[in-house]
Amino acid sequence: MGSFQSLPDDHQYRTLSQKTGFSLEQIAILHNRFKQLSQNEETLRRDDLKTIQDLESNPIRSQIIEAFFDRRNFQKDGVGSVEEIGFEEFLTVMSYFRAPAHHITEEQREEMRRAKLRFLFNMHDTDNDGTITLEEYRHVVEELLSRSGALGRETAKGIADAAMLEVASISVGPMAPDEFYEGITFEHFLKILKGIEIETTMHIHFLNMDTSVLCK
Amino acid sequence: MELKMFLLVLGLLVGISSPGRAANHGKPPDTYDHELQNQGNYTRATPSKKPFPVLSFNFEHVKVPFEISLWVLLASLMKLGFHLIPRLSSIVPESCLLIVVGLLVGGLMKVVSEVPPVLDSNVFFLYLLPPIILDAGYFLPIRQFTENLGTILMFAVVGTLWNAFFVGGLLYGVCQLEGHKLVNVDLLSCLLFGSIISAVDPVAVLAVFEEIHINELLHILVFGESLLNDAVTVVLYHLFEEYSTVGTITVMDVFLGVVCFLVVSLGGIVVGAIYGILAAFTSRFTSHTRVIEPLFVFVYSYMAYLSAEVFHLSGIMALIACGAVMRPYVEANISHKSHTTIKYFLKMWSSVSDTLIFIFLGVSTVAGPHEWNWTFVVATVIFCLVARVLGVVGLTFVINKFRIVKLTPKDQFIIAYGGLRGAIAFSLVYLLSTEHFPKRNMFLTAIITVIFFTVFVQGMTIRPLVDLLAVKKKQETKRSINEEIHTQFLDHLLTGIEDICGHYGHHHWKDKLNRFNKKYVKKCLIAGERSREPQLIAFYHKMEMKQAIELVESGGGAKLPSALPSTVSMQNIQPKKPPQDRALPQLSKAREQEIRKILRTNLQRTRQRLRSYNRHTLIADPYEDGWNEILIKRKKMMELEKKISQMNNYLTVPAPPPDSPTIARARLASDPQAWGLKSVTESIPTIKVDLASPQSPESVNVVNEFGKKGSQPKGSQLKASEEEEGGLTMKIPSPPKQRKDKTADEDNDKEPQQRLMRCLSDPGPAAEEEDEDEPFLP
Repeated sequence: MGSFQSLPDDHQYRTLSQKTGFSLEQIAILHNRFKQLSQNEETLRRDDLKTIQDLESNPIRSQIIEAFFDRRNFQKDGVGSVEEIGFEEFLTVMSYFRAPAHHITEEQREEMRRAKLRFLFNMHDTDNDGTITLEEYRHVVEELLSRSGALGRETAKGIADAAMLEVASISVGPMAPDEFYEGITFEHFLKILKGIEIETTMHIHFLNMDTSVLCK
Repeated sequence: MELKMFLLVLGLLVGISSPGRAANHGKPPDTYDHELQNQGNYTRATPSKKPFPVLSFNFEHVKVPFEISLWVLLASLMKLGFHLIPRLSSIVPESCLLIVVGLLVGGLMKVVSEVPPVLDSNVFFLYLLPPIILDAGYFLPIRQFTENLGTILMFAVVGTLWNAFFVGGLLYGVCQLEGHKLVNVDLLSCLLFGSIISAVDPVAVLAVFEEIHINELLHILVFGESLLNDAVTVVLYHLFEEYSTVGTITVMDVFLGVVCFLVVSLGGIVVGAIYGILAAFTSRFTSHTRVIEPLFVFVYSYMAYLSAEVFHLSGIMALIACGAVMRPYVEANISHKSHTTIKYFLKMWSSVSDTLIFIFLGVSTVAGPHEWNWTFVVATVIFCLVARVLGVVGLTFVINKFRIVKLTPKDQFIIAYGGLRGAIAFSLVYLLSTEHFPKRNMFLTAIITVIFFTVFVQGMTIRPLVDLLAVKKKQETKRSINEEIHTQFLDHLLTGIEDICGHYGHHHWKDKLNRFNKKYVKKCLIAGERSREPQLIAFYHKMEMKQAIELVESGGGAKLPSALPSTVSMQNIQPKKPPQDRALPQLSKAREQEIRKILRTNLQRTRQRLRSYNRHTLIADPYEDGWNEILIKRKKMMELEKKISQMNNYLTVPAPPPDSPTIARARLASDPQAWGLKSVTESIPTIKVDLASPQSPESVNVVNEFGKKGSQPKGSQLKASEEEEGGLTMKIPSPPKQRKDKTADEDNDKEPQQRLMRCLSDPGPAAEEEDEDEPFLP
């Protein structure tokens, strides 16, 4: 957020590397990409990300872009969203997608899993009340099926309802008719996604060599 | 008791088959003479009249099918028998038992001084192997396979090459050192032998791994390797066989060999893919001839195999490619019954093949010409084991640098230990001719020993070892809809992040492939509306269908399937609506017209959808059509329950299943408030969908169950429930009083057809419902 000079030096890279876990080469490459996207400015805006062509066909595009501007993902205990981000925030969000290192302890693995699932949770919980309500979940499923036309929209509601029922039954168990299940809390979210090994599935391969010149 | 009877039957069978054969040898001359004589009699026209043969014996012309059937019967009875002996099947894997049986039968035949049949390589490769491979290929878990493809290829190609040269080379060394008996075994023969024996056998792997339920990663690694190493084996085998006569191999030959390998493997895959696409395309048009759908799957796959074999391409890879390519499209097109048929036929054939192969292996051991040589055989066994272990360890070291989920030493051990050899190696050796390979019998003996060793020793001990090492087992959990949603979500998320990062990783390409698939391929290969169905919705429908079928099969309604949370219902998660004002919303006429129109069109659409599943020769199946009906009924039930509970009724209701699209469409999209408290009862014609298909008894039960529950508390609600859940009949609410007395059953059975007809033909009781002002609720 404006704390970098136009020629970032090694020291700043090193602090970033320590904070996010990327290697120095990876940070350099990502910085190049950042400059490319922001047209050499200090900060990145939503519109800059919207210019990426490949992102056009992605059904959850807006949610992905929103995740970059969500203060909760900056690991600084903030809430709300911002209009523009600097390279540090960009890198912080990217660090959620790093793969676990080979020799890490069980605790570190668990911590990484929680961090990644927290990122996903924040993506769904748009009003930041700590739970994913039925409406928010419906919205998620609708977005996922948004490219399927009318057929998708109608079943989205049914699918979201079914999913919610499942979460409720797994997390809470038997409920009396007048009890109300508020929404999916983070703990419940962890429980239902136990089957997916998040720390190994939610990652992308960050290169050590710069190939971004080849892509749009 | 059962066991004794079983053994008796078995003995009889074997007994029959022997005299059957003896009769063969004895009979032909007699019968021929007899027939000639008869003919001679007739032509000579001197009728020395014999009494008309009431009963005659002519075994010759049914000999071949008879024997085949007898063997298949024997194999199946064996399989049956093993499960009667409780403890045995848990200690010894089936393949071992079958080989032992084969040994016994072979021994028995030898005692009776019959020539036991040997496993003919032609029969093996053309008839016994394809069903097993097709079964494996059709049900291949694509996601795990592609995720681990790099690892699998490394093991299959590099591992097999390493094994072949290591074993072949060392054996040559041993032969040279040994002296007099073995010195004339040249290098090429040894290399050929090495290449044959180094290939992990899919049949044996499947047979053993199926019983130990190991985790999916290891299963796909070993199994994938056994499938993909076929190309390597084919190339090496032909290469060494061609040049063993000449005696030397030049660099040019090696280079051509490499090219040949690429051609063989890629060619096989291409051939398989072409046939797969043809099959998928054909299945698009089978909506009127559902009965022969499975036939297309089987025949196209078999053609793929045979076509690949014509050109000496890898038939196994063709078969795998064919099955894997056609499956997503074919499954979207075929009926549920055909799907079940395909599954069961494949499992049945592969099971029979598998059994026959192992039995024949046992019989051939007794039969085949043997030449025992201690040094050679023992050396072979030791070198095979050592080569496997070294190969796995070395390759894993390299592979782990590229994998995210590393392979632990435990995994490596299982992979090395699971490298079983089997009948393919045996058949390949059998194909060798004795002139070119004077030591072929010795090879045969050695291979049989290795096979026996791996199948018996490794096969039997792998299960306790898996338990001992606490290797992760297969998880039996069903895939939940939340996981499916999030898997899809993650796919899109990761693709998006890759795009933002600016490099084209494998998520990007996967996404591109998916989009290409959706845009072009699916439109060509999948019939009708399903071509546009996104994966999430397809999964959801499948889940619903499974639940509905479970419901029907569990006796209809009394016991809900376990997947369905029976303790949480829609009202628990629906946000509380603001308290209803008692002024019931009046519906305008226009709105009602609209509602009626929507419902009618949806009804027609639903009927058409179901009609398309009618088969000419089979009666409409209650399971196929009825489940849809049941789902719809249940949705209506759920709506009703919801409304009743909103009337301050503390009835605990079983949770309704989620809405199916049929219902979602049939429900009012316009304004849910229109279905206020009163509307349940009468002012809107309560048109429900009655599918004009034969009511299955289960469906009636469902209705009754809910009818009873819903009708418990209050008298007025009783009428509401009876009316409402009156089996989805199309009724015009004009005579509600009369209907009050009728029971649900009557509604179901009596007038569905007429009412349906009436709904479709007449424009609707526009005038009548105005009369309906009688307040239904007191």
